[in-house]
Amino acid sequence: MSETITAAPGIETAAAGVRQMSMQQALNRALDEILAENPKTVIFGEDCGRLGGVFRITDGLQAKHGEDRVFDTPLAESGILGMSVGLAMAGFHPIPEVQFDGFAYPAINQIVCQIARMNYRSRGTLPMPITLRVPSFGGIRAPEHHGESLESLFAHVPGLKVVSPSTPHDAYHLLKYAATRPDPVIFMEPKSRYWQKGPVDLTNALPSTTTHDGDPSNGGSLTGARVAREGRHLTLVAWGAMVARCLQVAELAAEDGIDVEVLDLRWLKPIDAEALATSVGKTRRAVVVHEAPLTSGLGAEVAQLITQSCFATLKAPVERVTGFDVPYPSGDLEDEYIPNIDRILFGIQRVLEYRRG
Amino acid sequence: MTTKSMLAAVDDDAAPLTHHQLRELYTLMAAVRHLDTSAVAWQRQGIIPGYAPELGQEAAQVGSGYAVDRTRDFVFPTYREMGVARAMGLDMVGYMSTHKATWHGGMYNPLESRFAPIQAVVAGSVLHAVGWAHGQTLAGHAAGEIGVAMTYFGDGASSQGDVHEAMNFAAVMKAPVVFFIQNNGWAISVPTERQVAGGSVAARAAGYGIPSLQVDGNDVVAVFEATRSAFAHCRAGNGPVVIEAMTYRRGPHSTADDPGRYRTLDEERLDAGDDPLERFKQRLLTEGVADEAFFAEAQRLAEAEEEAVREGIAELGPRPGAEMFSMVFQEPTPALQSQATSWREESEHV
Repeated sequence: MSETITAAPGIETAAAGVRQMSMQQALNRALDEILAENPKTVIFGEDCGRLGGVFRITDGLQAKHGEDRVFDTPLAESGILGMSVGLAMAGFHPIPEVQFDGFAYPAINQIVCQIARMNYRSRGTLPMPITLRVPSFGGIRAPEHHGESLESLFAHVPGLKVVSPSTPHDAYHLLKYAATRPDPVIFMEPKSRYWQKGPVDLTNALPSTTTHDGDPSNGGSLTGARVAREGRHLTLVAWGAMVARCLQVAELAAEDGIDVEVLDLRWLKPIDAEALATSVGKTRRAVVVHEAPLTSGLGAEVAQLITQSCFATLKAPVERVTGFDVPYPSGDLEDEYIPNIDRILFGIQRVLEYRRG
Repeated sequence: MTTKSMLAAVDDDAAPLTHHQLRELYTLMAAVRHLDTSAVAWQRQGIIPGYAPELGQEAAQVGSGYAVDRTRDFVFPTYREMGVARAMGLDMVGYMSTHKATWHGGMYNPLESRFAPIQAVVAGSVLHAVGWAHGQTLAGHAAGEIGVAMTYFGDGASSQGDVHEAMNFAAVMKAPVVFFIQNNGWAISVPTERQVAGGSVAARAAGYGIPSLQVDGNDVVAVFEATRSAFAHCRAGNGPVVIEAMTYRRGPHSTADDPGRYRTLDEERLDAGDDPLERFKQRLLTEGVADEAFFAEAQRLAEAEEEAVREGIAELGPRPGAEMFSMVFQEPTPALQSQATSWREESEHV
């Protein structure tokens, strides 16, 4: 936690162009600005106030913006999310935090039956502008229920939108974007990436040029996917923490002359079908990579979207490299579960070696 | 039965109900009774597919709903609060449309009505009331002016974990919430004694440090006074109040239910106690507040109202199918718009 920063004093104010920030810093800064820009926003959850959250994403925000804007709740997730509904009905823009992904399960009733449906039930008179932040996915050797990948659960629910940034730059801009939307957004933060630094262009959400450190943020809009690396032979589709891993894989594949494109999906609902069609239409081969279990995972949805748009030109069936249909394992087995470089390379190999008939 | 001593003495000066108000309460109860029993008949006649009667709970619902200040308070109902809706002056065709299966939440405007969309999940909206109420605190309304949330639920719903979370949150945050429990003796087929441990729902409030009132839910004046006290307590910035109105579900859980499978008619007669409507009528007669002509007129008004609502309901056609898609988001996704287009082409052939 040595990179922990406080909300405002340590960071210069806007318009200073690109700077190096960790995702934790980028998210913290985004929340600080959201609170300053919209007096109806409120941040709350378990340990969000004085402590600044167990991941320090809300660090310093209570001291700066006051206890009415950033506050601790009792330790009950259904209460946090149910309360969000009432605050939204009263005209607020709640930004609740569920401390860890697995803690969303006790709140599923409020998320699925209430947050996702209130706009519909009320015929649009009671919108739910709720941005639910969920530290997500594995990779930090955490206890049980602290490393879940819930994107397909959320994406399946009518009325919810789901997004996951993979870089500090996207974390900053996507959170600011989500927090201004009139619909509920599940914001899945890849907790294993919180402390990696990367360039953040505070003034330009969509830098057109590839930046340094292998962290390009080129193309796309805030509502769509992003080409994280251009390539000609095969598209790796990923989101969250898997994007960085796929970029590593692409570097290794390049040594063998395989030119891999990495498409960072970012939005898991709605999925940018056009970006998939464009990328795979060009490369004609695709592998989807996710941490969540295989069966009924979002990879199946991605594979279908690709098949729909690219069937005639695909060189091979879309491959999936994913977690397994097992409960998320204990830390010692984590590396066996999360798609690693070797498994992704094998997936690429299967696609490249595929022969019809 | 009312134990007001636990509340801050904030409404000692509250005036007793005037004769006009007492007659108004009766008129409301009569309208609710007639609309409620008629709605069961509508279901039998095929006008609506289903209904959840509140027969026997008129005093609890009208008495509490009558205490709501529609300029600043907000009510969070379940699916059995027709009497509250009527007492608050809702558009009753819009309200009853949920039972016509027109739209889940009803067709009334919840913001203008100060009445949240009809809630089918048991205890689903109790936490919403806490959030809304805390929003009033955050908005910085002065003590004495603050809006109060009133959330309705039953003895059955009191078993849900969300009720515990809501009471605890509300007490910790001193949120201006009235938890209004209608203990009607039954959660479909399960009686209160097999539902509520600890003797009563009101008794649980002590564990959260919330003052509670247990009130005769079949006495409309007692219910009104208890609710008015609770609102005054909340409005003054003293935090939440629990009211448990002891009443009886005289009808089935819904028009699909058969109480004969879990209670006998003799038990019903014994347990139901006095009919709240008849009891109030006798009181008004005894006290000289109203005469037979008044009651006849109240009945005539109730019948005219029922006829108007029935006609309004019958005229309600199905909503355009396009609303399935257009009401999901404020900003629909491309995938949803594409599904809407396919639906239109394949179902409406346009």
